[in-house]
Amino acid sequence: MIKYLPSHEYVKVDGNIAYIGISPYAAAQLGNVVYVDMPEEGDDVVAGEDFGAIESVKAASDLFAPVSGAVIEANEHLIDNPRLINEDPLANWIIKVEMSNPAELDNLLDEEAYAALCASEKH
Amino acid sequence: MHRYLPHTEQDIAQMLEACQAKSLDDLYSDVPEQLKLKRPYQLPAEMSEKEVRDFFAAMRAKCTQLVCFGGAGYYDHYAPAVINALISRSEFLTAYTPYQPEISQGTLQYIFEYQSMMTSLTGLDVSNASMYDGATATAEAMLMCVAAARKKNRVLISATMNPAVADVVRTYARYHGVALEVIPEKNGVTSRAEFEEMMQAGDVAGVIVPAPNFFGIVEDYTGWADLCHKYKALFVMNCQASALAAIKTPGEWGADIAVGDAQSLGMPLNYGGPYLGYMCCTNALIRKMPGRIVGATKDKDGKRVFVLTLQAREQHIRREKATSNICSNQGLMALYVTIYMSLMGPEGLKQVNELSADGAHYMAHHLTETGAMHLLHPHEPYHNEFLMKLEKVTADQVLAATLAEGIFGGVKLADDLLLIAVTEMQSKADIDRYIDIIRKLTTE
Amino acid sequence: MNRELYGSLIFEHSCKGRRGFSLPRNPYKHVELPEKLRRSQPLDLPEVDEPTVVRHYTNSSNNNFGVDTGFYPLGSCTMKYNPKINDEMAADPVISRLHPLQPVSTTQGALEIYYTLQQALSEIGGMAEFTLNPFAGAHGELTGLMTIHAYHDSRSDWARTKVIVPDSAHGTNPASAAVCGYKIVEVKSLPDGTVDVDDLKSKLGPDIAAVMMTNPNTVGMFEKHIPEIAEAVHACGALMYYDGANLNPMLGVCRPGDMGFDVMHINLHKTFSTPHGGGGPGSGPIGVRKGLEQFLPNPRVVKLADGTFDVVCEDSALGRVSQWLGNFAVEIRALSYIMSLGSENLMMVGKLATLNANYIMQALRDLYLLPIEGPCKHEFVFDGLKDKSTGVTTLNVAKRLLDFGFHAPTIYFPLLFHESLMIEPTETETRETLDRFIAVMRQIAGEAASDPELVKSAPHLTPISHPDDTEAALHPLPTYRSLL
Repeated sequence: MIKYLPSHEYVKVDGNIAYIGISPYAAAQLGNVVYVDMPEEGDDVVAGEDFGAIESVKAASDLFAPVSGAVIEANEHLIDNPRLINEDPLANWIIKVEMSNPAELDNLLDEEAYAALCASEKH
Repeated sequence: MHRYLPHTEQDIAQMLEACQAKSLDDLYSDVPEQLKLKRPYQLPAEMSEKEVRDFFAAMRAKCTQLVCFGGAGYYDHYAPAVINALISRSEFLTAYTPYQPEISQGTLQYIFEYQSMMTSLTGLDVSNASMYDGATATAEAMLMCVAAARKKNRVLISATMNPAVADVVRTYARYHGVALEVIPEKNGVTSRAEFEEMMQAGDVAGVIVPAPNFFGIVEDYTGWADLCHKYKALFVMNCQASALAAIKTPGEWGADIAVGDAQSLGMPLNYGGPYLGYMCCTNALIRKMPGRIVGATKDKDGKRVFVLTLQAREQHIRREKATSNICSNQGLMALYVTIYMSLMGPEGLKQVNELSADGAHYMAHHLTETGAMHLLHPHEPYHNEFLMKLEKVTADQVLAATLAEGIFGGVKLADDLLLIAVTEMQSKADIDRYIDIIRKLTTE
Repeated sequence: MNRELYGSLIFEHSCKGRRGFSLPRNPYKHVELPEKLRRSQPLDLPEVDEPTVVRHYTNSSNNNFGVDTGFYPLGSCTMKYNPKINDEMAADPVISRLHPLQPVSTTQGALEIYYTLQQALSEIGGMAEFTLNPFAGAHGELTGLMTIHAYHDSRSDWARTKVIVPDSAHGTNPASAAVCGYKIVEVKSLPDGTVDVDDLKSKLGPDIAAVMMTNPNTVGMFEKHIPEIAEAVHACGALMYYDGANLNPMLGVCRPGDMGFDVMHINLHKTFSTPHGGGGPGSGPIGVRKGLEQFLPNPRVVKLADGTFDVVCEDSALGRVSQWLGNFAVEIRALSYIMSLGSENLMMVGKLATLNANYIMQALRDLYLLPIEGPCKHEFVFDGLKDKSTGVTTLNVAKRLLDFGFHAPTIYFPLLFHESLMIEPTETETRETLDRFIAVMRQIAGEAASDPELVKSAPHLTPISHPDDTEAALHPLPTYRSLL
């Protein structure tokens, strides 16, 4: 299952584990990613609050957590090669979180609703 | 018309016509009448260049240049003639921030050189392109500590910090909402015991200490960085730039951030400014650092070139989420210190520091011999500035007596405390004259 | 400007044993600090002789473009001519060597300069009093907001935690408000570029500390509803902050104090002709209306009954934002400028700056997209070329301008338009310069249609071609050591 925040973060769910990253649409808008500011393993993230930031040459935006929980892994490949996000944003998640309240997933956009949002932003 | 305003009557008429406007006022038809200024400014009429010169000459006549034994954060060092000649080049002087790297390599290159020199001076990895002054740079370092710590909001600052610097930091803390607490002073140095206790109380995001401290003392910070890091706090050192060629560097002490004023690198005192605030930090903090940063890269033809980089941190992109609101740097003053350090080199800076520190020790020794005063903290090592406890005379008496001889005798910290600084600008004869004045004062 | 890249670094001219300094002989006994307090790392500074230093920086300066080099229509930056007499006055051999803490009896002339400029700015801004202590525009904004904070604090009005900022504002406005501890509330702009008054009014309330505005705003339009806005803002108990970045076109026409602003800053490096110095030092004095003077930062310069000047600190002040009285040498330049022009010429500055801007706007609007109609003030914004089919962007136009010996306008700001190209000529440019700029802009528009690749691959005649920004940000190389 994959769900989205209106601020373009996705969450892919595998049991109680959530993989959080940014959508292909957001990655394309941002352009070449040069840096990802990530939390450390063990940090808590809270749904709706920022957990880091992502930067391209000319833009930067905060990263918001779609769900709450404890960070079990930050994607270390992004430290040396942040452009992986441009290559395949869905495969290259940013953090892996153990969800503390999976019911939060119900508040997020499904693929259809998210696609509609992106379409409306293009205009 | 005026020499700065090239428009002739004919220009104005023809340009207005091109704009389909009848008069210059027509171009302001959208400004409500009641807001318009209906009278000339109540300011003096145009002055010729000669009259402007005369005015400032009259102001000069109301000022007295003194032999300067005052320090307290501002040091009267020698400014080589080369510097003014070069920074007056209008290609440097009249340029703006190097937004267009293709026609700004001159500016970008000297900022890169500046960053390289400052990192060597402080012993840290990276430097920004400079900030306003040492006090605001210190305040920015405090904000950086809080931003890096994310949730912690407590910052400690040593009581031995220059009080004017501490005041600026306190002002930023008050409005930004940082809990700034003072680590007390004991015998002229920051209390180690109280520092440890305050760290143990928890929630500290950063610790700010001076080198040399406000009393000129070079404090021993052995173990301070480790303790900070144990509690995940950043260790910030505010250092007098010139002295860093002689004293242990922030890098050697294990500091995360070095800030301070670079005025001591040969900048004219200029009645308080412009100076330059520097900021250096470790690689780990580079993306949290405020201000502009220049980096090397290649152009399309493979040439090594310089650009403003990591701009995503800055206010024009991040707006309210930026690390800082700083927009400019002290560009031309960065060029100033870059040329200064190029001329001085390691040997020149070493000699400046020796002249200053040796002169200070000579002076302190002989002033003590007069019996009128002695070092308040005789067992603490100092650099080029020292704090005298006065006995048979008051600070006001000393200042009046030296002023009568064309000498600025130091900065009064209390009726019986006088802070005296020495640089290469005061000759041995000046120092001897000062000592004589004190001798006379006590025998009168 | 030299079209060949000079390129070498001072470190690359270093030769061990050379020296560029001249110091007196050391007559004292040498004293060493204890070893644990001494520097042990070598100091990596270049070792160069004086002529090498002079040639290095002279050659390097030849790769730089300043106002003295050519037309610099950088929007929102007011790149006017920087008069040379100002620099000479600022380099006064006595005043430039005054120590801030030496007795005020020996610095009366310096204090009189400060006081005189403070008075002149008060008259020009329509304010009760100024402080010259802030070091730059952004620092002035922060100090101004602290003044407002101190005012609300003095009334125990703690609920005011937000500041309203238009979406067209300079990035420093929200950033300064955030540093001052405020949350930001954004108001929208109308299609004509001015603030949506209804949207603004709907956001006013007991939680608003201030409204920050630039007038004329960043698209160069005068906010004509300013009296209505000021009234509504004051009625809700908040204060009006004037961002003085665009003060130049108001000189001689209209004063921020008369518009209803309570606090303002002025960029001396814009309106008052002090050189930008490649990014600084600037100066950002702030002014306040009557009733707010006591909150201005310490230290302050006052004129005593006997006509002498003193430096004082007040308990009511917001605190200290600078160690001393700001960038004093910059203040000298601004006063020299004001005196050189005098009242009668200062009255003309705004109108001539506005005339120059309108002249360019009218001459180019058939080829460049003008999103907002009506007479502009000192600057205006095009939303790129009118013909979007060529794929030539604002960035391309800006870079192509460099080939013709012009500095580029401000690009991609304000954020209201995708292809913002913001042009501010200032009043010190001749009509011939404007005509030449217009001709070149028209030529570029023609090239965009006939040979778009020529424009897209620009610049062609500068010392370097396009630098790789992405690589610079991915793997930062910020020091000489990092290159080795």
